[in-house]
Amino acid sequence: MIKRISSFIVMAALLFGCAHNQQQTLFEQLGGQDGLTNIVNGLIKQIGKDKQIFHYFADTRISRFRTHLVDHFCVITDGPCEYAGDTMTDIHTGMKITESDFNRLVDLLITAMELQNIPHPVQNQLLARLVPLRSQIIYI
Amino acid sequence: MLLLSGWNSIIKIIKLAYLTILILFSSQLMAADGKLIATPGVSQVEGSAGGGLVPWAQLAGYASQDEVAANVFCSQAKVDDFRLRSCGAQLNLYDRVEFSLAHQSFRVDALDTDIEQRIFGAKARLYGDLVYSSWPMVSLGMQYKHLDDNDVAKALNAKDSSGTDWYLAASKLHVGAVAGYNLFWNITARYTDANELGLLGFGGPGENKEVQWEGSAAIFLSRELAVGVEYRQKPDNLNLDEDDWADIFVAWTPNKDISITAAWLDLGSIAGSDDQHGLYLSLTGYF
Repeated sequence: MIKRISSFIVMAALLFGCAHNQQQTLFEQLGGQDGLTNIVNGLIKQIGKDKQIFHYFADTRISRFRTHLVDHFCVITDGPCEYAGDTMTDIHTGMKITESDFNRLVDLLITAMELQNIPHPVQNQLLARLVPLRSQIIYI
Repeated sequence: MLLLSGWNSIIKIIKLAYLTILILFSSQLMAADGKLIATPGVSQVEGSAGGGLVPWAQLAGYASQDEVAANVFCSQAKVDDFRLRSCGAQLNLYDRVEFSLAHQSFRVDALDTDIEQRIFGAKARLYGDLVYSSWPMVSLGMQYKHLDDNDVAKALNAKDSSGTDWYLAASKLHVGAVAGYNLFWNITARYTDANELGLLGFGGPGENKEVQWEGSAAIFLSRELAVGVEYRQKPDNLNLDEDDWADIFVAWTPNKDISITAAWLDLGSIAGSDDQHGLYLSLTGYF
């Protein structure tokens, strides 16, 4: 069984390994500063239309949110930026964001990346770097 | 006969309780989409959330810890000399407990007969989240199985016409792990004495329950499409060279309402008929 599974994984790795350039940082694969700004703008547009989670953002200053989120994405994707915003915990404390609402935001982010034609494997690498942040965001 | 009617009334009570819960929670059921697409898995042949053959650690449906979800499923496996149909439903309460009911109908061409089995399952999430926790998600489950008619099981020297499997399952989705593609795996240890899922009864001459290992691995080619493999170790209590089972599957989840799974099965020898291969098709609807 182990042999079957591991040979499957190796095959998959060979198949997909050549799909993108490993030399580039994730920041560059996402289109750099412009790419991230487009994704975040798309995300803001999605949130504006969303009945489930819009209420969390009703009092948010959009321009400030945009700048900080682009910077934050830039830093976690190894881009040349500095994040000057508050910590994830400080921002979200008291908001009582649920598991379901968090996943809703992930869905909207995926939609925003789709609209920018970000390839599936690149999307996943950004998501993977957001995964550990969830515990600093929900139910606090 | 008395036993059988007792069992039937238990099933009726469970069904009634199930319907009541469905109606009570129906307003919340409409909103059970708190998980990421395709992460609950599909329905395995004994009714639990899982792959096709193996129960996984995930609980059925899209309920988050604040939601309730219900699903219905139907599956068919057609191999050279046999056909198995399995249909049922699952209920997920707050992503903590899963209850499932399944009815299996096993067509044996050689005997021109159908063996029917009913399964009640329960699963509790002990730790973690498939995507977000650093360690794998772990669940403990049971499947109580009862044959409607144990003539075939008896003829093959099986000890009992009903039995309970216990299993511990660990699952994890590694986001972007394989060249940016999501990798899923699951390992299940099952304590069982079921012969061919229980369709040929439970236990055998001098045989006791033992642990069997089951595993799955899959790669998500997109949010909606996963391809993978499964393996399920099985006991040989009846000395009929009962084989382990394996499959290669494709699961398509176009949205959070439905999933369709197709698989190529290698079921080896069943009740003395060798080299049983064939197709598996399964449909789950999520509410």
